[in-house]
Amino acid sequence: MANKIPRVAVREQDPKVRATNFEEVCYGYNQEEALLEATRCLNCKNPRCVAACPVNIHIPDFIHHLTEGDIRGAADVIHLDSSLPSICGRVCPQESQCEGSCVLGIKGEPVAIGKLERFVGDWYLEHSNEVEAPTIEPNGKRVAIVGSGPAGLACASDLAKMGYKVDVFEALHRLGGVLSYGIPEFRLPKDRVVAHEINEVKKLGVKFETDVIIGRTMTIDSLLDNEGYDAVFVGSGAGLPRFMGIEGENLNGVLSANEFLTRVNLMGAWDPKHNDTPVYVGRKVVVVGGGNVAMDAVRTAKRLGAEAVIVYRRGEAELPARKEEVHHAKEEGIEFRMLTNPTHILGTDDGWVKGINCVEMELGEPDASGRRSPVEKAGSDFIIDCDVVIMALGTSPNPLIASTTGGLNINRRGCIEADEVGATSREGVFAGGDAVTGAATVILAMGAGRKAAKAIDEYIKAKK
Amino acid sequence: MFKIVEKRKLAENIYEMKIAAERVARAALPGQFVIVRSDESSERIPLTIADYDVEAGTVTIVTQTIGHSTKKICSLEVGDCLADFAGPLGRPSEFVHMPLEELRSRKYLFVAGGVGTAPVYPQVKWLHKHGVECDVIIGAKTKDMLIYIDEMRKVGNVHIATDDGTEGFKGMVTALMKELVEGEGRKYDECVCIGPMIMMKFVCLTTLPWNMQTTVSLNALMVDGTGMCGACRVSVGGKTLFTCVDGPEFDGHKVDFDEAMRRQAMYKNQERLDNDNREHKCKCYGE
Repeated sequence: MANKIPRVAVREQDPKVRATNFEEVCYGYNQEEALLEATRCLNCKNPRCVAACPVNIHIPDFIHHLTEGDIRGAADVIHLDSSLPSICGRVCPQESQCEGSCVLGIKGEPVAIGKLERFVGDWYLEHSNEVEAPTIEPNGKRVAIVGSGPAGLACASDLAKMGYKVDVFEALHRLGGVLSYGIPEFRLPKDRVVAHEINEVKKLGVKFETDVIIGRTMTIDSLLDNEGYDAVFVGSGAGLPRFMGIEGENLNGVLSANEFLTRVNLMGAWDPKHNDTPVYVGRKVVVVGGGNVAMDAVRTAKRLGAEAVIVYRRGEAELPARKEEVHHAKEEGIEFRMLTNPTHILGTDDGWVKGINCVEMELGEPDASGRRSPVEKAGSDFIIDCDVVIMALGTSPNPLIASTTGGLNINRRGCIEADEVGATSREGVFAGGDAVTGAATVILAMGAGRKAAKAIDEYIKAKK
Repeated sequence: MFKIVEKRKLAENIYEMKIAAERVARAALPGQFVIVRSDESSERIPLTIADYDVEAGTVTIVTQTIGHSTKKICSLEVGDCLADFAGPLGRPSEFVHMPLEELRSRKYLFVAGGVGTAPVYPQVKWLHKHGVECDVIIGAKTKDMLIYIDEMRKVGNVHIATDDGTEGFKGMVTALMKELVEGEGRKYDECVCIGPMIMMKFVCLTTLPWNMQTTVSLNALMVDGTGMCGACRVSVGGKTLFTCVDGPEFDGHKVDFDEAMRRQAMYKNQERLDNDNREHKCKCYGE
């Protein structure tokens, strides 16, 4: 019986060793392991995993190709629905999506769909030079894309395949958006995976320009009215980091997770021999928050040599981060202070962080969202000594594009208003990803980019 | 890559460069800044725009060598390229959005300190072009450190102050301000001050009793410059704002300068450490 085989364990770097380096934590499956794991799939008639995937990858179908040793066939199946399998195989929250609904998971362990996707994606990147670039008939229409993160990349790639001439404008000096500045090297290798996936998009004829801030260097109005683009897709990402608004937050040594991760990932501050940008961790770092970004920040701080602590106001069951990341963080020696909420940050006489004052919390009645909201325990104040406090509390939208684009509506939360397929209130302007939803996942952004590509194609064809 | 088309030494350790950056030149307005990275290993640093020429497609920056990154920029020559030159960033000066009628009835006093004279220039030039003549105080430690005097004289009424009296008024810019306002009885609707943080602080303390609206341009530490990192947080009227997207110009009477100066020094120790390491490396591997 196929499902009697236990889930094939994935090889990982030893936690003690990896807590001191930036090499990838998870080695992934080799071919033998992947093919064995693939045999565990029951190939269900009504595959629940497909419905649970935000982009509905034909999961049993690609796994079936794997069982026959047809890796290229598996890659072709995934590519029907996903443009970035090597990335999503690494960073998707599979336990709450595909693997979370796998029938095998009811009594035992689900099929390792994420690890299989990663295997196929990596195999494809290694063998992509053997695949001849498809000849695409240009249709003479031009689309501008704002942002080279997952939404922009997915949209660009689909439009290019349909024959559009696509130009992507990136504000930073490196491509990839959050894949480059946000997610650390030890979770998503930049050269081996991100740059490689972007290279695949370049092969389709998509042109990328860095150092162009849409809303400042050029506006969306000028792209449509003066630069001759037929449509614009906005995938500009999440925006401005949130702070708590507590006393001491502007002390030296308090920073946003965005700043910390950008210094380390984008600017290469983890490698001071070769890069000028500094980063400061001191002896002990407290990271406030419980999401994936908080885990990335705390594990990065640990790797830079600091003692690193997570402070989160709800309980462990409520942590929004992926289970795998929490598990990895604990293995690496990260301390978790659950049901703990900061009230103010303490500073030295010359204005540097010396500690963070917290209170203990307990979970009260469930709120409207069904989550039990934390309530402060009276008189439970205590201090954690530390040199650095990193706030990982999510983001609020960047107003730059909305404020410089005529007729572009934003919603109550300040995000760009867009319908199911990404159409905004402004004709010819489509949007997707975090710019529309607020901070979410890579796969949702990629899905939104692909839906918008289809809608842009229909819009331009109807305009003729 | 962005080519350096002209380079000029303005004073000891202060250099002016014209950079070929057509799109930035077309979009730039007074008050805005750019993010510059000299090469692939460099920091992203914000520099205020000193001038822009739409026809030539160039943007002018003035850099003083104060740390490793600014030294790297200044060591480049004509024909070399900057790896990155992104902008224009930040909000333009408020007066560019004002109705011309109203603007022409206003009296402006500009106070420029040291290398801060460069970003004052495009503001005075813009106002001159739109029919508004301004008084401009330019301050420096000594005559040799004065920059942009000839350029500024073409567009505004220049008053010079040097600490040692080697040129113009002998003393701080604040003393010269008092001379003009209290001594000569000149009236201004707004003072715009750009220079070292400590100078801006004292200019604001000077204009406060006069009830004179005072605008300052802050040069906070930044990483991306587009709102993403929050490194450039500044307290203005008790509210935390981001210099890159809410500024760089703020109501000077509301800025917490002591905090801003402290935050500017966030990486000072590390920079020194880094420089030491580099020099050490030079001794080991040099020759």
